[in-house]
This record gives sequence, C-alpha cells and structure tokens, in this order.
Amino acid sequence: MAKVYTSTVISASVADVWRVVRDFNGLPDWTPFVADSRIEQNMPADQIGCIRNFTLKDGGRIREQLLGLSDYDFTCTYSILESPMGVENYIATLSLSPITDGNATFAEWQADFDCEPDREAALIQQVGGGVFQGAFDALKSRFGR
Amino acid sequence: MVTVRQSTVIDAPVDEVWRTLRDFNGHDRWHPAVAASEIEGGVASDMIGAVRHFRLADGGELREQLLSLSDKDRSFTYCILEAPFPLMNYVATVRLKPVTDGNRTFWEWRSTFDPPSGRRQELSQLVGEGIYRAGFAAIQALLSTPPRSVARGSPPPEPTPYAPSSPAPQAVQIARDHAPSVSPIHAPARDVASRAGEAISVNAIVVDRYGGPDVLEPRRIDLGPPEPGEVRIRHRAIGVNFIDVYCRTGYFDLLPLPGIPGMEAAGVIEAVGQGVTGYSPGERVAYACPPVGAYAEARNMGTDLLVRLPDDISDDIAAATLLKGVTASFLVHDVHRLAASETVLIHAAAGGVGQLLVHWAKDIGATVIATVSTDDKKRIVEGLGADHVIVYSRENFAEAVSRITGGRGADVIYDAVGKDTFAGSLGALAVRGHIVSFGQASGPVGNWDVGRFASKSITLSRPNYGHYTSDPNELATHVGRFYSAVRRGALRLDEPTRYDLADASKAHGDLEARRTTGAIVLIP
Repeated sequence: MAKVYTSTVISASVADVWRVVRDFNGLPDWTPFVADSRIEQNMPADQIGCIRNFTLKDGGRIREQLLGLSDYDFTCTYSILESPMGVENYIATLSLSPITDGNATFAEWQADFDCEPDREAALIQQVGGGVFQGAFDALKSRFGR
Repeated sequence: MVTVRQSTVIDAPVDEVWRTLRDFNGHDRWHPAVAASEIEGGVASDMIGAVRHFRLADGGELREQLLSLSDKDRSFTYCILEAPFPLMNYVATVRLKPVTDGNRTFWEWRSTFDPPSGRRQELSQLVGEGIYRAGFAAIQALLSTPPRSVARGSPPPEPTPYAPSSPAPQAVQIARDHAPSVSPIHAPARDVASRAGEAISVNAIVVDRYGGPDVLEPRRIDLGPPEPGEVRIRHRAIGVNFIDVYCRTGYFDLLPLPGIPGMEAAGVIEAVGQGVTGYSPGERVAYACPPVGAYAEARNMGTDLLVRLPDDISDDIAAATLLKGVTASFLVHDVHRLAASETVLIHAAAGGVGQLLVHWAKDIGATVIATVSTDDKKRIVEGLGADHVIVYSRENFAEAVSRITGGRGADVIYDAVGKDTFAGSLGALAVRGHIVSFGQASGPVGNWDVGRFASKSITLSRPNYGHYTSDPNELATHVGRFYSAVRRGALRLDEPTRYDLADASKAHGDLEARRTTGAIVLIP
C-alpha cells in the first residue's frame, strides 16, 4: 500500500481555513485544478456518504465519497470511487490543527492507496507533490502568504 | 475537567526536535523551569512506566510517569504522580509532526486535569504558559537555525517558569526584591497607649505564592499589638503538619497570600490585648487550629483558641502532639465511646493519630486490631501493644478480622485511609458496628447506598475537628484527657525532630520526601 503525507503552515486561523475546506463541493473555489463540481442525487455537501462528481481542468472526471467530516477535529475523510489515476482502495484525510503560538493553522493531507508497483513512486509524487501541495499553496496565497 | 492545548512550529527538522524531546529524563537540559531530573530505579528513560523525579528551578519537586511513547507517531504521554500544585488527574501528550513543505516541525502539547474549584484559570495558565509555551520558546532558541521567531509575527513567550499567579511574574519579582522589611501582614494600628504595647519586629516564614518547599521564605515582619480579646504569644516550638503542605501548595484554601503558614504551636504569653481576662504574660499556652500564622517567632491569637500547658508537658511535645492528641481524644471518647469489651480496628496505625489511637484503645482495655502498609510499620505497631497487626498490602484485612474475631467482626473501625479501605471496613464490621471515617489519605470514600448499611445496622460517623473543639470548655476537656493520659504513661510520645524556624523549607522537603519519622517541630 502506498502512503502519501503532505503538511504545511497557513497564516490564518483554523476557523477561517476550515470554513473554506469543509465544503465537500467546494474544490473549484479553492483548488487550482478543478473546473466544476456537483454533489450527486442532490444531497447536502456535509451529509456523510454523499458523492462529489467533479471535472479536472485537464478534462478528467473523478467521483469521491465523503466518509467522515468533523467540525470538532477539523477533519475530512473521503474515498475515490472512480478516477483516471488507476488507484484502488484510495482513502484520504485532510485535517487542520490550530497553532496557538500565533494565529496560524497546521494542515495535513494524507492518503493510502493501492496501485501497480511500477507506478507507485510516480503516483505518490503526483498526489503528494502535485495535488495536495498544489492545493495547499493555493490556500497559502489565498490567506496572504 | 480542563483541557489545555498549546502548539507551535519549530524551525528545525522533526527528527531533530524528536531526538531532544523523546528523552523523558532530558527536560532539565532544555526546559527553563526544570533544574534537575532523574529516573527512579535507574531504568531507561524510554521504558514505559518509568518515573521521572525532578526539581523545579523554584525548588518544588514533581514525579511524572511515562504512560506511552511512540517513535512512529513521535509522541509520548505522561501523568503526574506527585506535584506541589493541585493538578489532579493530569495527563499530558506531546506530539510532533513534520511540516513537509519547509522541513519544520509542528509541536502540540496538550493535557487534561481536574482543578480545584475557583483555580481553573490560574492553573490552566500555569500549565499553558509556564510549562508549555516556556518549553516551546526554549526549544526554538535551542534548535532553530537561524532564529526566525521574530519573522513569524508573534513574539516568543517569556519563559515564566511555573509562576502560578496571574499577574505579570516579573512585576511580582521586582516588587518582592525591592520590598521593605515591613511585610503586608500586620495587625491594624491601634492606640499605642494600650497595655498591649507597641508593634514589634519578628522573624517569620512568609509564602508569597503557592508552590514547592522553596516558597517558604524567612523574612522579618512587623507584628502589631494584640487586638481586644487577643494575646501575643512568643513561640517556643511550632508543629509541622501535613495540612501545612496542603496550605503551602494552595490545595487547601486556608492560607491567603501573602501569608504565614502553620496551625500548631506552643509558647509563652508576652502581651495581652484589651478585655482579656484569665491569661497574663508569662503563662505557657498552646493551640492547634486555624487561623494560620504559626510559622513565626510570635503571633497574636484569640484566647478562646488557647489551651494552658501543664508544667510537665514540654514545649516540643505540646507543639508536636496537641492536634493529634485532641483528635484521638474525641475519637475514642465522643465520636464513639470506646469500651473495654469492644474490638476496635484501627487503620494506618503507624501514623501520628493512629499510634495514639492504638495506645489509647489499649489503655481503655479494648482488643486492638491494627492495619499497616509495610512490615517495618508492623514492627512499630506491635511495639505499641496492638493485639493483632495486619499488613493490608499482603493480606485481605476484612478476612483477617473475621478470622481473628471468630466471624463476629469489629465493633468500631477508625478509618482515615478512605478510598482504599472503606469497602473492606464495611466487610470487617460487626452487626451494629460503627465506622468512624475521619480522613481520606488514599482518596475520597465515594458514594455509598445508605440502604445497604441495613445489612449490618451500620452506624457511620464523619467527624470534623472544628465541631469537637470549638467550645473552649470542650477543648479543655480533650486537652486535659490527653495530658492526663500522657502523664499516666498510657500514651507514649516520642520526641519530635527539631528544625530551625528558618529551615522550614527543608523541613517540608524532608516531610514530603518521607525522610522523617515521627513528628517535626520548628524552633524559633
């Protein structure tokens, strides 16, 4: 099983960052690579089990299901149902923690998945260095750094 | 329950920070509040269950136990076993995580504990600021290259090691350093022409803030003339009791700050206030009760709180035993009127009151079964004349009492241990027996269904010292009984260990470390 872990520090309060990332249907608003998104069957975006169906700017389509959402722990866990990446058993968690020593947020994004062994290194780089870090960088510039 | 949660980012790689923090015994090398630390029993510092025993820069001592440690999570959890602050049920976790885009370290330090009522904010601040943030600043200064904390917006917190009060610790320090020799503790000014005379200057032990033994500071203070109804007592010996430790740490709300601790002393009347009758200068007196203020060469005290000392009772013995003797007196005469035909079970019989109870019960002629925690204490209590001594850490005392009494049980049980013994005491009790719960050294007794007491028609007493001693005549009766029993040789009293008043801090340290046996007195 491949594991990805990416983390960063964002110059904004946990409440402010969480308000942005907790919207399971909000990827087009804050990530640089999602063109549009909808929640299937017209479910609320914070209903556990709902499915987001979104299109990447490169045309790829991904379906992901919300497995867990906590306003107490500031965590969001989801799985991939369909994607062009060729991964299986993909489960990811995005979590935020307050940095009390200053008004900032520690953000972590981790994922576990199975894939063809010869593609593992490239996928880890793509997911961790590309998707997660790219989204974090967008958050950091959104909050003024 | 209070949760304290502090976190920071250290400008150093996570493995480097973890290398420093994971040594459970290494905090004296980086935390500004920790002066010295050692692991008890010489075990490895990363052995789960290891206990670190450390001394703070201000002299307080703590013991903390490692509950878990994970090199995978870069995390460890520990609890406080003993501390000079009332951080009850304190469990804390340190956890590090890498910041992958910058090779820095996210560090979270969190804990939960149960504070005494009214001290939630003060203790949360002590933990969050004095321990956690002071630790963050120290590690940042130690490991970051180059120092970047200024660029991060918020300035690093001042290391304020374990200053428990909320005002700025530096201001307090300055005020103390520049304080004149006149202490804020003195009686209001009054008519200097009174026969009580003028204010005097005396040596005392003053506590400015709750904490370890080192908060006991020798200082000159002004003592005003006695108020109406009061006398001034020149102390000759001052009793040291464990309740003084609870006052010093703030666990009991009996010592307002700044203040002078101590509740038991013997001395000579030096001056009397207006309206005082029946006492005159030169008389020997003693007392054992609040208000605090005994740790001084002299103090003023209301005469209704005093007892006269007979010539054959020394100052040392009076100061060391009055409180315990009065307690034992009302326990065997008033709370329960102990009879020669009865079998009595006395818990913690090697303790101060416990030893007196064993003596006194034997003098009355009762059959005495005693419990102790160790074999050494068993030998002591056997020497006192107990009929049977049970080491309750090794033997089920309820079963032992049943065996010794032929299944009947004890008629009365004196239990100051509390949590650990109360259930067993119910089992060891005879039908129509009486449990006297007068302390809780091992923790609160907890909630019990009174209906169940019908199974043996149990009587339960929970006496309070004040309710048996507030009447001067009643107090005099107990004191008279106690000294008469001493005089008859029924109660054997060992000479207490003597410390100079100025060494009160050392006396407390020795008492808490259990380096002493028997009573302690301070000599002005």
